[in-house]
Amino acid sequence: MSQVRVLVGTRKGAFILTADGKRERWDISGPHFAGWEIYHVKGSPADPNRLYASQTSGWFGQLIQRSNDGGQTWEPVGNQFVYDGVPGTHKWYDGTPHPWEFARVWHLEPSLTDPDTVYAGVEDAALFRSTDGGQSWQELAGLREHGTGSSWQPGAGGMGLHTILLDPSRPERMYIAISAAGAFRTDDGGQSWRPINRGLKSEYIPDPTAEVGHCVHRIAMHPSRPDVLFMQKHWDVMRSDDAGATWFEVSGDLPTDFGFPIDVHAHEPNTVYVVPIKSDSEHYPLEGKLRVYRSRTGGCEWEPLTKGLPQRDCYVNVLREAMAVDSLDDCGVYFGTTGGQVYASADSGESWAPIVRDLPAVLSVEVQTLP
Amino acid sequence: MIRVVLPAHLRTLAHVGGEVTLAVDAPATQRTVLDALEAGYPMLRGTIRDQVTQRRRAFVRFFACQQDLSDEPPDAPLPDAVATGAEPLLVVGAIAGG
Repeated sequence: MSQVRVLVGTRKGAFILTADGKRERWDISGPHFAGWEIYHVKGSPADPNRLYASQTSGWFGQLIQRSNDGGQTWEPVGNQFVYDGVPGTHKWYDGTPHPWEFARVWHLEPSLTDPDTVYAGVEDAALFRSTDGGQSWQELAGLREHGTGSSWQPGAGGMGLHTILLDPSRPERMYIAISAAGAFRTDDGGQSWRPINRGLKSEYIPDPTAEVGHCVHRIAMHPSRPDVLFMQKHWDVMRSDDAGATWFEVSGDLPTDFGFPIDVHAHEPNTVYVVPIKSDSEHYPLEGKLRVYRSRTGGCEWEPLTKGLPQRDCYVNVLREAMAVDSLDDCGVYFGTTGGQVYASADSGESWAPIVRDLPAVLSVEVQTLP
Repeated sequence: MIRVVLPAHLRTLAHVGGEVTLAVDAPATQRTVLDALEAGYPMLRGTIRDQVTQRRRAFVRFFACQQDLSDEPPDAPLPDAVATGAEPLLVVGAIAGG
């Protein structure tokens, strides 16, 4: 019978939640790396037992951990992230030039085909790649140096590269997103990049339709339709049908279009999930009701999913990396909260139950569907 | 032998229970002690000082013999009591909440 493995990064360690295909009884292991911030844990699609974790600390800096046995044991691998050449400057909060400084790894994206190849999205925003299982890291500097980098500015949470999407049909194509610079695409394996933000409108920047400067929170794609992208922006839920060349708004009837995560159903490319959050200064659900919203039409028409979720006095947030889906039939949907709950739905979002309720604040959730 | 006391998180990372003892050629300095520490425990590289600049991480301090040595030059000799092993070099994580 199939098995599901949920990889949870929290403010104080990593947790691994496993269940069989029924997804009713869960085993919980952890905390792994207790006391450290675990920004992201993700498994290799080419070898599900190969996991990578970003372990970080304000005291002791960045570590990358690798597991070859599905998270039972770990070993630290390379943690030297050095920008290529003389990295120059980006804009600081006050508009002055600020040198690029490595702070941490926000996101790890293993290759679709090679367990030893993995991409790292870092703060200050840059993309690194390892082809030796994380032992050494090289920057793909074409992103930072494509022309707009000196005008990038951090959002309140730092200038992090958080989204890395690999196109399964075109190995040379990759999408990334940066807070608060926007979305970018490469068609040559990361050598050259272009901003792909046309159609985004952000009232919080001087030119609301500028080429860069948009606070993109997350982008999602269905592997069967890689030219269709869904985006949760700081405000606005957006969609592109042309690989990011142009975007249009699909917030539709959402009660608020602010939020962080967005994901796509494993078997229905037009079924999309978001978690609406009240506002940019009130990072909690509207009316204290935790509701996932689902669109089955690729956006615009949205329905609240509430069964099993708290519908009063709930003031948690769901961060950008903290939602994922499994590929079982029926599709499982998972998300973690800043209150330490990890909720799971084994029926595409119709009903929910907490797998675990009292973890440290959840930073990231990834799911592996195992044979 | 030089004795080094690591903070709890780094002891866990390095799989050591108590003090670390290191053979370091004289004169023992912050740099030579950290070089020996990182050679013996490569997983600690980058956690105490930057791997490129070798600057101490901002929230890590070095104490010994009731003194704060954090801002001493990295090539300055450590106190005799540390060099002889009578006193340990303490690597300390700064106090902070969260």
